[in-house]
Amino acid sequence: MMNFAVLQFPASNCDQDAIHAVRLLGHSARYVWHKEHSLGDAEAVIVPGGFSYGDYLRCGAIARFSPVMQAVKQFADNGGLVLGICNGFQVLTEAGLLPGALVRNRDLQFHCEHIFLKTVAPDSPFTGRIPPGKLLRVPIAHGEGCYFADEETLARLKAKNQVLWHYCDATGSQTDPSNPNGSLRNIAGICNERRNVAGLMPHPERACEPALGSDDGKWIFESMFAALKNKSVAAAA
Amino acid sequence: MKAKIIVTPKKAVVDPQGKTVQNALEQMGYKGINAVHVGKYIEIDLAPDADKPAAQRALNDAAHKFLSNPIIEDYKLEIE
Repeated sequence: MMNFAVLQFPASNCDQDAIHAVRLLGHSARYVWHKEHSLGDAEAVIVPGGFSYGDYLRCGAIARFSPVMQAVKQFADNGGLVLGICNGFQVLTEAGLLPGALVRNRDLQFHCEHIFLKTVAPDSPFTGRIPPGKLLRVPIAHGEGCYFADEETLARLKAKNQVLWHYCDATGSQTDPSNPNGSLRNIAGICNERRNVAGLMPHPERACEPALGSDDGKWIFESMFAALKNKSVAAAA
Repeated sequence: MKAKIIVTPKKAVVDPQGKTVQNALEQMGYKGINAVHVGKYIEIDLAPDADKPAAQRALNDAAHKFLSNPIIEDYKLEIE
């Protein structure tokens, strides 16, 4: 059983969903308050969605300076798995753990709907267990999810295979209408060069059981569980 | 002493808010508008006896690290 830490900032609101998803899938998860300086025995960290610190100044701008984020940086530097979802993605970009930034949706509207994700890079701890060719139908709920990075960064992301998911339509085509927020190159989620830190705007934790309309989100967590298991097997060998 | 920081979106970043305001201004009949950019204004009150060059350095640092995001925004700092 893997131990997950789920961060809690003031105004995080998907922390309980993340805990629920990890436990539902048979693993252990606990909350870590933003004032904590340690992640304890956590083997992976989820930075959850919400509106940390009221989204004041910019989304994620204040959360990145909280004590727990220093521990997350250290954890990531040591190779630990970190997944940022929605506001968590914004926090990780603000913290410099992931490249680029998230800005206002191109139509200025808050989007709350199900979208399709195409996995572009199956060779990561966040995508390794996603069945080949499987499109993930998961919800989004954000007003500032338009991914932006300069041309140089976009080229590097592509060259290093760091784009994990694109927005696509139901047939898997990466079209403009299937891009809910205007993200450059339809980018929905990315990872760092080392491939141990990832972020995405959609909410896989809200789609882990059929009662919620889709359980496609579980594949992202199953990928993390498998990657952690491989890592502990390798460490023991 | 007062520090005034104006944060604006970088030219390369799409600014739908600025575009919407521009459209509204044009619909109201205002002519000759090339572009509108919507940013933020941050005003910081400093101690009256603050050392101006030191404050300039410190606030430039803060504006770069925290008050603006250099990936998507530019800023201007004035102390008066």
